[in-house]
This record gives sequence, C-alpha cells and structure tokens, in this order.
Amino acid sequence: MSGKLNLDHRSVEEARVIAKEIAEEVDHFISARSTVSIERTVLRLFGVDGVHDDIPLPNIVVDGLLDAGVLHRGVAFWLCNAIVQTGKTPQEVAELVAKKELSLVDLPVTSEEAVYRTGERLQDAMLDKIFSHRKLRDHYIKKLSEGRKPYLYLIVATGDIYEDVTQARSAARLGADIIAVIRSTGQSLFDFVPYGATREGYGGTYATQENFRIMRAALDEVGEEVGRYIRLCNYCSGLCMPEIAAMGAMERLDVMLNDALYGILFRDINMQRTLIDQAFSRMINSYAGIIINTGEDNYLTTADAVESAHTVLASQFINEQFALLSGLPETQMGLGHAFEMNPELEDGLLLEIAQAQMAREIFPNAPLKYMPPTKHMTGNIFLGHIQDALFNLVSIVTGQGIQLLGMMTEAMHTPHMHDRQLSIENAQYIFRNARHLQDEILFRPDGRIQRRAHTVLTKAVYLLREVKKKSLFTALEEGIFADVKRSRAGGKGLSGVIKRSVDYWNPFECGLRERLQLSIRGEEG
Amino acid sequence: MTIDWSRIRPYGDTLDDGAMQLSFSLPVPYGEEAREAAKQLVGKMGLIESQVYHMKDLGEGYTYFILYANCTHSVDFSKIHVPKVEAPIMGFEEINQYIRKHIKRKIIVLGACTGTDAHTVGIDAIMNMKGYHGEYGLERYPEIDAYNLGSQVDNEDLIEKAIAYRADVLLVSQIVTQKEVHVTNLTELVELLEAEGMRDRFILICGGPRIHHELALELGFDAGFGPGTLAPEVASYFSQELARRKGLV
Repeated sequence: MSGKLNLDHRSVEEARVIAKEIAEEVDHFISARSTVSIERTVLRLFGVDGVHDDIPLPNIVVDGLLDAGVLHRGVAFWLCNAIVQTGKTPQEVAELVAKKELSLVDLPVTSEEAVYRTGERLQDAMLDKIFSHRKLRDHYIKKLSEGRKPYLYLIVATGDIYEDVTQARSAARLGADIIAVIRSTGQSLFDFVPYGATREGYGGTYATQENFRIMRAALDEVGEEVGRYIRLCNYCSGLCMPEIAAMGAMERLDVMLNDALYGILFRDINMQRTLIDQAFSRMINSYAGIIINTGEDNYLTTADAVESAHTVLASQFINEQFALLSGLPETQMGLGHAFEMNPELEDGLLLEIAQAQMAREIFPNAPLKYMPPTKHMTGNIFLGHIQDALFNLVSIVTGQGIQLLGMMTEAMHTPHMHDRQLSIENAQYIFRNARHLQDEILFRPDGRIQRRAHTVLTKAVYLLREVKKKSLFTALEEGIFADVKRSRAGGKGLSGVIKRSVDYWNPFECGLRERLQLSIRGEEG
Repeated sequence: MTIDWSRIRPYGDTLDDGAMQLSFSLPVPYGEEAREAAKQLVGKMGLIESQVYHMKDLGEGYTYFILYANCTHSVDFSKIHVPKVEAPIMGFEEINQYIRKHIKRKIIVLGACTGTDAHTVGIDAIMNMKGYHGEYGLERYPEIDAYNLGSQVDNEDLIEKAIAYRADVLLVSQIVTQKEVHVTNLTELVELLEAEGMRDRFILICGGPRIHHELALELGFDAGFGPGTLAPEVASYFSQELARRKGLV
C-alpha cells in the first residue's frame, strides 16, 4: 500500500476479508427476520402517515397484525390485499383500520397475483419518487456548488424546530455545509416516530417528517441566497431506524447517522433488533444517495483513545462490510472516528495524526466523519477553543471528509448561536491557512507516527480474528467494543423482532435490491 | 496594597479597576445601533466605560459582541458562607478499611443517569472499574457493591432497583441539560421517595457539571458533587455518613 504510513497492505486485506465473513454470518441471521419498525417503514413507503388518537397509523396497523399473529408474512401483503378488495388508497385503508371499521385479516384473498402486482406498482412509484429527490439534490449541487471538504458540520439543538431554523440559517450564512438537527435525547428509545411540527424537546428536537420538511425548505432557501447547497443531517438510529431512513429519503435529507452497533452499545437496544433494522435502513439510505455517518467516535467517550484506537478501526471494517451488503457505495460511507486524546498526553497530537491518516489511507473513498474533542472538554472555553483548533489542523493535514465542528462550550450546554460562529471561524482560518499542507508532508519511515499506525492496525486485525472466532453476537456480549457488555436477548426492542415465514413479502426490499443490483438473499443458499 | 475583603471588585491589572470581559449576542441587526444597544445593556448591569472590541454579524438579524468594561459593584467576601461536604477525604485502601472496621459489611451503591440524559461520562468516571484520572472507580472497591444502571433511567425504575438491591446509597448524575430539566429530574426523585416514605432509607447524592453541594441540599439531597470529582471523595463521604447514621462511630 502506498501512502505516508507504509501500512502493511496484507493486514488491511486480511481485516477486510475477516470483517466480510463476520458481516455475512450476521446477514444470514438478518435475512430470516423482520421487525415491527421495518414493517412500519413499509407502510410509510406506501404513503401511510398521520396519527389516530395520537398514535401513528403505521403503529396501529402493524401492532394489529402482530396481535393477530400474521405479521410474519409482512404488512405489505395484508395492506395490498385490502387495497385490491376495497379499491381504497393505503392511507384510507390505514385510517379505516385505526377507526376499527376494517380488519385486514378478515378480508378474503381472491388473487395473490393481484396483491403482488398492486404492491409492486406502488413500490415502483415510491422508489421513482426517492430517485427524483436524489436527482434534485444533484441538480442543486451543480447549480449552486457545494462547500469544499472537509464539510463544516454544525449542530442545532434548541428543541423548537422554528428556533432551530433561525440558528441553522445563521450557521449557513456563516459557512456551514451540513446542518444536523440533534434529536431530543429520549427519542431513540421510542418505538414510534412523533408526528407534526414540534416546539419542545430536551437536548434536541424530535425527528418528525414535518420537522424534516420545515428544515429542508429553510436550508434550500438560504442555500439559494448564499449560493451553496446546504446538506441536512438527522439521526437514523434507535428503535425506529428504518422509519427515519424512509422519512429522510422522502424529504431529501443528505446525511444520516446510521451505525450498525451504536444503538446496541450506547442506547441498550437489543442487538438482534438493531442489526436487522440497519440492513434495510442502509438500503434506503444507499438508494436515496444519503451519506451515512457511523458512530465509532463514541467508543472513545467511554474507552481510552490510546488503548482502544484499534476497536474503532475494527468497527469501521465491520461497518464498511455491513454497508456493502446493503449496496451502499464507499462514497456514501462517512465512517466515524474522533479526536479524543487526553490533552495531558505528551505527543498526543502525533498519535492523533497517525490514527486520522490511517483511517484516510485504509478507506480512501469514504467521506470520513471526524468528531471533535468531547471527553476532555472542561468548561475552560479558552483552552477548549485551542483543543478544537488542533482538531481542525489534524483534519486538514489528513484530508478528512466531514468535520463535526467542536464547540468551546462542549460539556456545558447545547451550542449558542455565537458558539457556532466562533467555531466556524476557527475551522475556516485553519483550513484556509493549511489547505495544502498535506501535500507537503511525509512521515519519517519507522518514526513515531508510522509505528503508531502499524500498532493500531495490527491490534485491529487480532481483534477482528477474535470476533470472527466467537461471532459478533458473542463479542458484543463480552464487551469488546467501548467496554460495554450487552446480552443477546437483553436491551430494548427484542419483542419487535419477527421471524419471516416462507411467504414473507417486502416489495420495497425486493425493489431496492433490484435497483441497487444486490443479490436476492436466500437464493445463493 | 491591602485588599478590603468587604468590598471586592473584579481585577484586571490595578486593584479595584473592576475590569471584566463579556461576550454575548443580541437579536438586533449588525451596525452602530447594535453597538450602542450592547453598551446600554451593560450599563444597566453596573458596567461603565464599556468598549465593544469586536462585533460580528451572525445573519438573520443577530449580532455578536466581545466587550470589556469596568464593574461598579462589589461584594463582601468576609460574610460569604458556602456549605460544603465536610467529611475528610480518604484514599482507596483507607476507605475499604474504614468500611470493614465500622460498617462490617459491603456498602451497596446504585448509580444512574436519570431522565432523558444519555451522557454517562460522569457516572462512569465515578463507578467504572478503571476509574478516572488515576483513581479507581467504585466497582473496584472490595468493600463496595457498585451497580451502574447507565443512562436514561426513569426515577421510578431507580427506586425499584434501589429496593431490590437493598441499596444504601443512590448516586444520580445529570450532565446535559436544557431549560433546567436536570433540576426537575432531581426534584422528582426526592418527591417520589418522600411519597413512598423511603427518603431516609438512602443516602442520596447527585453530581454533574451544574451541581454543587448547596444546590443538592436545596433539592433535598444529602450531598452534591461538581465537575472533576473523583470516586474517593464520594466514597469517603458516604461511608462516613452511613457509619454516622447507623450510630457506628
């Protein structure tokens, strides 16, 4: 392998092969199952939306079929049969079910052929619509241009979508390329998606389809004014992961947090549930042209950045293989890592450069997502601003893709408007002044930086071998990642996992597999 | 130069100059009127001779200021009294010995990040085996049975577990907050315990970047610890307090 670190290309290849085997083993497990959230996603993609007595219609319909013991066939079959039998739209059918005026399982099935044809027609129309959003994004970027990498990624988190709009528009004017609307902290554990525009949240704003629409329109408008396409990011994680992916695809989001393991480790979501959910979510994100961000950076908030760097790399390899199984191209893989070196550490900057450069060389086409210091931010905002400056320097020197700007007020409160301005100024100054520094730098052969990268890679390969030997499930049970132990049947959401019957049908998965040119699972044995 | 403890003012480079730095934003468009608005505002705060050294247009009709001024107010330092956790701080070995000698059984400690807060850095620093900043966490203490319940724990669940585990001590961490939700969470726990008539069964401790002992007492907790607290400070407090309550010392 060429590059500045003289990495052992055989180790990198071995890591990829092992990670592929690990992911394929899990994929085998996934292919026999669905979840309530995947089935609700199917309904949303058929156009079902809205609430009845404050409960989302997709929840009412899916829970009804689960109670009736027929969800293993997939919600699509029952919904499409009702469409065939009544001549009504998916939305009308769902409303009648909610009002208890229609029972999906009591309707006769006169022609399975007609049911499948109906589903495929609706599926085709929705995927065409999602594809047209993707075209529209491309059109905007061509017309308006976009920011240079590393993209400046800024968060808004007021809890009120209208206040968020003001903060986001201000950030866009100051130079933001990506606006992420942080979710209200409890949302990942909800087994439903809230509805409508929301004005109250804690530590963030609820992800709802209406909130997506409001922010999308605001960013398109300010993007036209500043002559730059502003990307919108949200969080496709938690118990409603695939539903959020579908909402994002329908409302033209551009970036989604979407990790295979994050929910398991940091939100105690059941591992079976999350692994099944992520596969379908990523197909949607892939087809919608959405860049996913993975969450390895979080490992270093609980584990040490020096001791556990190899767990980040190992997890990146696994996330990459899961993403490939869902048809996600490398150019949409915002693999995560973080600047979490203890400031007390001598040569911490060198270790950080080694790790950031290593990620760059091992995943050359991925728009790497680089997270700012959080664990060692103290409330000393002046020192914090310098820590963020070093972080920005490492990013430009190692060619990162997405720069989650650090806030001097990290660990104090969600950002104030001027915190964002100061952090954009910090990044712009350093990126401008050191723009081509990476072209001028080589690392000393067998020097500290090269040695560090070799060590981390070697340890990552050992770890992957161990995970392969035990299976990913067992590795998670033993707390290999982030020092967090999770049991196979523990955590939240296991009751929402269902075994597919032989006649299970999800037309959107079939359609996405076809359009993404993925093999149909099961057919290859 | 003698400092008058009864009339303390901010210090820049000359005693009593009152020098202060401020930065803030106003929802007004950038311009000379914005500058004047910032100066008038700090004037009402008792700040004179103010100078706006930096102004930045934040867009959307907002402006950011960095401003220096001299404060005309003073405080009487000689009359200040701040309640603190009084227990002497012991080390790892000393604490375990203390528990063996006085309590004569393991102390059972439950830790949790309650409400919607998902940030476990604080509770982890105190509880985790590996600890933080060179100090082992409570899980490492042979004389302490420590259970870390993690984040987003409901107050009801915490109480249920506290009964099930027969806990002596409850540690509640609140890190990220918005619109004072940390206070609501903490108050709710105290109210729930009082409603069940169980408030006295536990030593109730809270911690986090916005917590201090005085606030903790106000909220009905037994003690509060701010940022940077290490496990021995907390363990020293609750082991001595438990011994005192049980009449063992």
